[in-house]
Amino acid sequence: MENIRKGNNLSVRRKINKTNLREWTTAYLFLAPMLVFFIGFVVYPMLKGIYISFFDYSLRNFKFVGLDNYISLINDKIFIKSLLNTLILVIGNVPVVILISLFVSANIYKKSPVVRSLFRGIFYLPTVCSVVSITVVWGWIYHPNFGILNYLTSLFGFQPIGWLGDPKYALGCMIAVLVTLSVGQPIILYVAALGNVPESYLEAAEIDGAKPWQVFRHITWPLLMPTTLYIIIITTINSFQCFSIIQLLTAGGPSYATSTVMYMVYERAFTLNKYGLSSAMGVVLAIVIMIISIIQFKFFGDEVDY
Amino acid sequence: MKFFKKYTLREIIFMALVVLLSVIFMFPFYWIATGAFKPQNVTVQIPPEWWPKNPTLQNFKQLSESPLLHWTLNSFIISLGTMLIVCTVATMAGFVLAKKVFPGRNLIFWSLIVAMALPKQVVMIPLFTILSKLDWINTYQALILPAAGWPFGVFLMKQFSQGIPGELLEAAKIDGCTELRSFWSIVIPMVKPGVGALAIFTFINAWNDYFMQLIIIRSEKMMTLPLGVALLQQEFTTNYGVIMAGAALASLPMIIVFIIFQKYFTQGITMGAVKG
Repeated sequence: MENIRKGNNLSVRRKINKTNLREWTTAYLFLAPMLVFFIGFVVYPMLKGIYISFFDYSLRNFKFVGLDNYISLINDKIFIKSLLNTLILVIGNVPVVILISLFVSANIYKKSPVVRSLFRGIFYLPTVCSVVSITVVWGWIYHPNFGILNYLTSLFGFQPIGWLGDPKYALGCMIAVLVTLSVGQPIILYVAALGNVPESYLEAAEIDGAKPWQVFRHITWPLLMPTTLYIIIITTINSFQCFSIIQLLTAGGPSYATSTVMYMVYERAFTLNKYGLSSAMGVVLAIVIMIISIIQFKFFGDEVDY
Repeated sequence: MKFFKKYTLREIIFMALVVLLSVIFMFPFYWIATGAFKPQNVTVQIPPEWWPKNPTLQNFKQLSESPLLHWTLNSFIISLGTMLIVCTVATMAGFVLAKKVFPGRNLIFWSLIVAMALPKQVVMIPLFTILSKLDWINTYQALILPAAGWPFGVFLMKQFSQGIPGELLEAAKIDGCTELRSFWSIVIPMVKPGVGALAIFTFINAWNDYFMQLIIIRSEKMMTLPLGVALLQQEFTTNYGVIMAGAALASLPMIIVFIIFQKYFTQGITMGAVKG
């Protein structure tokens, strides 16, 4: 009965008559500005990006080359290295972000609103502040001679390290900065999600004699799963796009130890003017990100209990 | 909860860890703020001065020789412009997508979802070539208008518009209210918190969109504050006092905006996460 009524309703609404036509026109008038920008600056460029990835496109050339750009990428050692670096950056960043943000949120969400906002604010500050400001201060902190990090490690008897100049440490240094830039939003989301966990569940578990860790593992964690999934996906996408800190701190060096795909896209496109090749890189990166997002969805999606 | 009262020691240790983490997170800001007032020779001295013993305004004086005011103004123009246009466009579209039934609605909705899931990289280079064909390189509009195409704002506003009671809109219509009028006097007041959240988000994102600014801006006069600070880093290499003074000035407006509007922020982030 309910279905039939709904169906009737819809068919009535879809009928073409004067009132409906007016309604539809207004709807499109309201949508028009958004559609113009969306099609002009997102949809069209996206399709064009895929299109020009099949061309030898630079300042002078525009020649169809088929899959040549993609083939040369597979054979490009620097590209493979950058892709690997990008993956390491993601794999290094995401779990640490989840761990820190969950730990901080679990400890602050029951505190008074003032304390809660204070901590939330502290951890969100690096995200809000200009990335450039944060990055230049890290450049100073990491400096082999004038940086405070080597001074601090020397207090514990360690030899000074050329943090950003040493291929062994440079990528790790990038991950550390990236972590500080990434935890802000997850903490806000986790604090909100933890506040929605029904108190009665926790109390019931307490009466049954469950230890705090068990309560967390069997009640809180499963209930947080949708939030965790969302955080994993956005953090993964953001880490894949990591660019500013690389460009400002190491410019991809030393010897491509910190070069990421995003940095390479920038370098190839805007210093070497190889637009076709860079677009191919962009497409490859987009495909990698999409595959990983789908895997994450499949893998964690099973555990999500809506 | 009484539950955790039994675990005070554990709670104390955990809380201490949280405080330690916040100290680590705050340290770069502390280092910027104090570094800005240290003379050049002190910034490179080891062991470092934890607190500037002889604070100086020298760095800011040196900074004032660069077109700092211009950069600040440019950043404000771009961020405010982006904010205004994104809020207008997204509020209108979000309301219609949440409250109206019309052919093509699902198609538009799903294209927005797909576009949001796709990473920006595929768009960057073609967007750049399009903008240079329009002869918009090194202009404000090249940074402002493309930002209005990103679907996040539309989503956020759709979330907020969903809460508007349909009966209210129907009643207004029966009373002879035009669509524009009821949008203005019913919809807008009801989605105000959403617009607030979106406004702050957009402002801060525009201010910090270093990549786009880097590829679009070509002259020192058109530079934004983040680009300016990056330039300072190149020019002054290890004159950290001046660089920190610049970094402080570039992030101060954002810190102020954030502290004033923290409530909207939290609301916007949590609402935006609820997919629908």
